[in-house]
Amino acid sequence: MHAWDFSSVWASTDFLLLGLLNTLRLTGSALLFGVPIGLGLALMRLSPRTWLRLPAYTVIEVFRITPPLIQLFWFFFALPILIQVEMTPYVAATLTFSIQSAAFFAEVFRAGIVSVEKGQWEAGRALGMSPQQLMRRVVLPQAVKRMVPAFLERSIELMKTTTLAATVSYMDLLFQTNEVAQKTFRPLEAFTATALVYFVVIFGASVLVRSLERRLAVSGEGVVH
Amino acid sequence: MAYRWNFQPVFENVDVLLIGAVGTLRLFVTCLVLGLALGLAVGLARYSKSRWLNAPAACFVELFRNTPTLVQILWFYYALPVLLPFEISPLAAAVLGIALNASAFFAEIYRGGIQSIERGQWEGAQALGMSHAQVMRRVVLPQALRRMLPAFTNRGIEIFKMTTLASAVAYVELLQQGKSLASLNFNPIETYTAIAVVFFICLFPLVQATYAIERRLGRSD
Amino acid sequence: MNSSSPILRIRGLCKSFGDHQVLRGIDLDVHPGDRIAILGASGSGKSTLLRCLNFMERPSSGSIELAGATVGRPSQSRGTPTVVYPEAELTRVRQRVGMVFQQFNLFPHMTALANVMEGLVTVRREPRTHAASRALAELQRVGLGGKGHAYPAHLSGGQKQRVAIARALAMDPEILLFDEPTSALDPELVGEVLRVILSLGEEGRTMLLVTHELGFAYHFANRVLFLVDGVILEEGAPEQLLKAPQQERTRAFLERHREFAF
Repeated sequence: MHAWDFSSVWASTDFLLLGLLNTLRLTGSALLFGVPIGLGLALMRLSPRTWLRLPAYTVIEVFRITPPLIQLFWFFFALPILIQVEMTPYVAATLTFSIQSAAFFAEVFRAGIVSVEKGQWEAGRALGMSPQQLMRRVVLPQAVKRMVPAFLERSIELMKTTTLAATVSYMDLLFQTNEVAQKTFRPLEAFTATALVYFVVIFGASVLVRSLERRLAVSGEGVVH
Repeated sequence: MAYRWNFQPVFENVDVLLIGAVGTLRLFVTCLVLGLALGLAVGLARYSKSRWLNAPAACFVELFRNTPTLVQILWFYYALPVLLPFEISPLAAAVLGIALNASAFFAEIYRGGIQSIERGQWEGAQALGMSHAQVMRRVVLPQALRRMLPAFTNRGIEIFKMTTLASAVAYVELLQQGKSLASLNFNPIETYTAIAVVFFICLFPLVQATYAIERRLGRSD
Repeated sequence: MNSSSPILRIRGLCKSFGDHQVLRGIDLDVHPGDRIAILGASGSGKSTLLRCLNFMERPSSGSIELAGATVGRPSQSRGTPTVVYPEAELTRVRQRVGMVFQQFNLFPHMTALANVMEGLVTVRREPRTHAASRALAELQRVGLGGKGHAYPAHLSGGQKQRVAIARALAMDPEILLFDEPTSALDPELVGEVLRVILSLGEEGRTMLLVTHELGFAYHFANRVLFLVDGVILEEGAPEQLLKAPQQERTRAFLERHREFAF
């Protein structure tokens, strides 16, 4: 019977805390870039001009379909040679997850925009609004409200995906945990503790999102998935 | 100076990559089948009125949906062997991590699908004197499975992508072979691009098929 | 009947959707102050005709002149002369030709006042305070001066449609188009909207109204058009067309829709 001993894990708390902070930092950065890039991709995808639509479609499909770990390896190992730049794990991970999450956000945006009923578009046009004014004043405000739950769900997915950065030695919580496990020879306690931390954070976020969804459903707003 | 692409080393080592592809497929099929089977059991338990079945199933689902799969794989590979008298192979760790994660998602898909069948179907079947199990088997599940198909294929595609995580524990799948090749031939650009292309070519038709299924179901349902 | 020059001159207007030709050559002069009721069976093209007048649909062929200026640019397409309608020009036209929809199409994320102001602020770029007082005046005109702060979700159908009318009025349009404004309303709410439309007519505004309400058409319009299969089959004063139609099909249509004796 294995004797559980978390003391060495407790001793490494600030080491692990640094990892958690880095996980949040990476998630935050990816969101910061991913959301606006996603919006841009969505608008390009909806554009009647083929030279905008096709590249956006390609980027979205490539980054949604290829496994994120391959994307990360490509950005970390391949890109620096291709464009002759220094690459750090943080930069590679941020680049990868920004674009990858943007591809998914683009689809959420697009579904939200398309879900705004035709009559709204017509009313805006009938007032003499330009397409940009129409999007900005009428369509996007309504689309955004519906997309919030799907957004938050995607953001939670993103937090889970950032663990991949540990494979290129980004010092996130998982990477730090692995270090602690090897140093203290207590992999069971280390990984269990970390799994619990991830669970608490992600489950907590999930619960918040679900209660938000319920609140939105009650107020009569349709919701996009 | 522009980089000169050279896929020659990649083509010469196709057999290495093929071994990896076999590993990927093996892992994928195993996780898919186990995930679907276990997911059905958990989904039915989740749907049950009995607290003894419902609560543990709910805990299972929440636990495995809300922890990152990579963390689970590493836990099974590094942590579990401490509790057990035997080693856990890379394949076993990957299967445990991915299949359990998948089953949690499948369980919710099953539950959602079953719940989406209106009461009228239940009542009509029960009025004929069918038992609960018979109603489930003959009336509800067949209809629910049709509706769940898009969600199933989406999850299947996710599982296929997740097989790459097994490279973190050195399981011999496509990405793992790619890593070896890239470090051997010093050509990460071509190698990883080639692997990305392979995944894209395999999955793109599946994704399109999923859209088509969703459209067809949207029309007839 | 007004003898001043037409504010709207439509010649040979045709509109097809793919293979399906809806309008097959409409000729019409609209004079300032005209109140035109457009009648016809479903599929006759009356909504399409209306939607061509503010270019929500681009005409397939034919010409539309607004206050003496033809809308659109002549151009060549594979050797045949055609007309292109640049979106920027259509946007400007729509500021001069207002439309009220069957489904109201109010912006749900804005209050009634904000809805009415929206055109002035965003399209005309007027300062907010000026737009707000103008919007309030329009809301008062349609009898909803106290409802400016309410969101569309909290308004009845009749109130929503009146706000929609106020929103169109705020743009000071030269022409007002109404696309079956009461068809989506519960019967008891129809009256309040028709009263507003009637009062606008009494002010001398130029209005075109697609409607099924024959009784209202009789009281409101100075000209009535009857559309069949994409052409104007018959046209005349309400007294003449509604009471003594000349065409057989007009007679048959009126018989089917006779709810009011007038």
